[in-house]
Amino acid sequence: MIAEIGLAALWLAAALALLQLVLAFTGLKGNKPDLLAAVRPAAVAQGVLTAVAFIALVMLFLRSDMSVLLVATNSHSAKPWLYKFAGTWGNHEGSMLLWVTVMGVAGAAVALFERALRRDTHMATLGGQAAISLGFYAFLLFSSNPFARIAPAPADGQGLNPLLQDPGLAFHPPTLYIGYVGLSVAFSFAIGALLTRQVDAAFARAMRPWVLAAWVMLTLGITAGSYWAYYELGWGGWWFWDPVENASLMPWLAATALLHSVTVLATRDALRAWTVMLAVVAFSMSMVGTFLVRSGILTSVHAFAVDPERGSFILGLLALYIGGALALFGWRIGAVREGAPFELVSRETMLVINNLLLTVILGLVLIGTLYPLMTEAFGHKVSVGAPYFDRIAGPIALALMIAMAVGPLVRWRRDDGRVVTKRLVIPFLIALSLSASLSVLAWGRIGILPFLGLVIAGAVGVASLAPLWKRNLRRTPLFTYGMVIAHLGCAVSLGGMASDSAFTVEKLVAARPGDMIQTAGWQLRFVQIQPIAGDNWTALQADMEVRRGGRPVMIHPQSRFFASPPTTTSEAALLTRWNGQLYVVLGEEVEGGRWQLRIWWKPFVTLIWLGGILIALGGFLALLGRERRGWLMKWRARAATA
Amino acid sequence: MRKLLIWLPLGLFLGFIALFASGLFQPDDRVIHSRLIGQPLPAFTLPAAASDRPPLASAQMATGQPRLLNIFASWCVPCAAEAPQLLALKQAGVPIDAIAIRDARPDVDAFLARYGNPYARIGLDARSAVQIALGSSGVPETFVIDGKGRIAYQHIGDIRADDVPMILEKLRAAQ
Repeated sequence: MIAEIGLAALWLAAALALLQLVLAFTGLKGNKPDLLAAVRPAAVAQGVLTAVAFIALVMLFLRSDMSVLLVATNSHSAKPWLYKFAGTWGNHEGSMLLWVTVMGVAGAAVALFERALRRDTHMATLGGQAAISLGFYAFLLFSSNPFARIAPAPADGQGLNPLLQDPGLAFHPPTLYIGYVGLSVAFSFAIGALLTRQVDAAFARAMRPWVLAAWVMLTLGITAGSYWAYYELGWGGWWFWDPVENASLMPWLAATALLHSVTVLATRDALRAWTVMLAVVAFSMSMVGTFLVRSGILTSVHAFAVDPERGSFILGLLALYIGGALALFGWRIGAVREGAPFELVSRETMLVINNLLLTVILGLVLIGTLYPLMTEAFGHKVSVGAPYFDRIAGPIALALMIAMAVGPLVRWRRDDGRVVTKRLVIPFLIALSLSASLSVLAWGRIGILPFLGLVIAGAVGVASLAPLWKRNLRRTPLFTYGMVIAHLGCAVSLGGMASDSAFTVEKLVAARPGDMIQTAGWQLRFVQIQPIAGDNWTALQADMEVRRGGRPVMIHPQSRFFASPPTTTSEAALLTRWNGQLYVVLGEEVEGGRWQLRIWWKPFVTLIWLGGILIALGGFLALLGRERRGWLMKWRARAATA
Repeated sequence: MRKLLIWLPLGLFLGFIALFASGLFQPDDRVIHSRLIGQPLPAFTLPAAASDRPPLASAQMATGQPRLLNIFASWCVPCAAEAPQLLALKQAGVPIDAIAIRDARPDVDAFLARYGNPYARIGLDARSAVQIALGSSGVPETFVIDGKGRIAYQHIGDIRADDVPMILEKLRAAQ
């Protein structure tokens, strides 16, 4: 019954999306207010119905209803409830339902809360959102139905991939998807504005909070995913340039560029066509990423059940939506007037530089990700890995960091180059002294990129605080704090990355219980190996007593065996200290009763994710600041009229 | 110029779509082609894996007559499944040598007693070293070795009943 309710809700939502689309565009075309009046209720109802469908699927998973094919193939009754719950989106169909739900709820939010946009653009935006949703409803209903039944129902399910049986699954995909799919709102805004030819500062001010909200969630999702991969895969790395990671990074890069260009458009009414283009590109990158992952044309660790039919379906959607949006862009953007001009030394120029650098990185990541496809077209399948991305994107990212430090210190419209240079004296001195001390301490031991990364992280970290210098901190607007914190977060994260690649100490040993291992100032005593049992797994666990001065601490790396499906995973033991993490992985038993142990000491590696959280926090504060100002103004206006 | 720039994104995108479509509709080549075909066997000398069969060395494989080299293990279920086909091949007069992977002599003896013993020589590869040198990733696998000790064919997975004529054909071709 629950499955049928879910399916019915999904069909109804699809029908409402069609209605919403038709109402919005016939209403706009014939200027019929009575038709337009029904658009917002339709969007809200659509959002509610997608939520109902999603909750239905969650309930099926929680109840382990094995008569539903998706539950039977991806769940198991002996799983802890958290993984039954999170397992809802740990598969292709469920995650696409999550996608559609986010899209429906985001559409409802635009219908309910968007007040700043002109009415006709608002309607066109909702029409655009309905048009995109419709394609994904069709995809879900015709080729990925999550509610399909299976008869006879199996006695139990096949279980969830043990790598996914982690609290990370409960947090990472939903946040990522809210960000990923939340960008569809920006896409629809761009479509709406192109249709009504309303690309101006007011449009940008209306779009900005939506972009900001999606971007915050995307940042959190990527940060969470990175940390999850770091501790779960047991490879000690935090970013693998896997196609799926790139698929989340590319929308983030585009959204970051959009966030900055939309500010230029909102503040100075410049960069009109460019901002619209970025709004289209950001969500397009989300869709391209989904296509790459779900079609199986690229090989990735995030293996979804691969199906060429699904691939062709998404390719069709891509061609329709992105192609359609770009055609609309070409057709209409000529009618949009050029924005306001600006001087060479100005905040606007700095933001253009930011956008150019972000776009270049985006392009390089895209080319690197698609490289196997391009070479395959000429006969050989060659993929490029981390070395390409590190070497190509790294230096540009460092240049971007410098631009990020300088940008906020330059005034809007026009500034004096010499004055700007003066404002940069302190960060420059810090960079100099950092390079000097690093050269003395670690010359020849660290690579050029980590070296520059450390220097730039230090200098930019200080420079990012400079916008608060000599200001009345209590009267500084919240969104300025937001910007400062987000920029500081970038520097913190860069510091963590550079420190990890410059100073990590790795040791691979085969040790017997009772052995003592020394590395990077740590003493690890391998006490014993013992079997232990968890909810739905058994494990061999190494008990190790570690110390670095001070009192010893016990850590327990494990090698876990899951029965359904039969798989072994390694659970790394992480010991976090203020200045880094000790990361221990238990490997296989080798001859003579010895065990392989892989031990890393990673100085300041946690800064990577702390930085990510700071970036998201900054975005959140900026969002809060803008919104709060809106409420204050509305409240005052109401008080004045009363 | 501005006009061109406006349409450039759409043009680029159409290029990507073409690329995606070609990637999507290209048939996947799922057959693994060994790079060792035509190459001599890597040199190895292995201890005996069974009580009643002599040990195996790569030099003993170049006898002028094509033969099979079967990679198996007593703990491997598909290896038991392919045993009748190997016996049939032996009946047809094909000399078969074998390498037992990560195995122990009592286990191999028990396995051969239960499923039959088509092998002339059996070497024990306790640490999979030879298996890796052969470019073999699992058990069972079977190599056709020509009279000069070169690899003529690699069969991945168990030999099914309908694979037997094909294996015989490969042996004839390796003459």
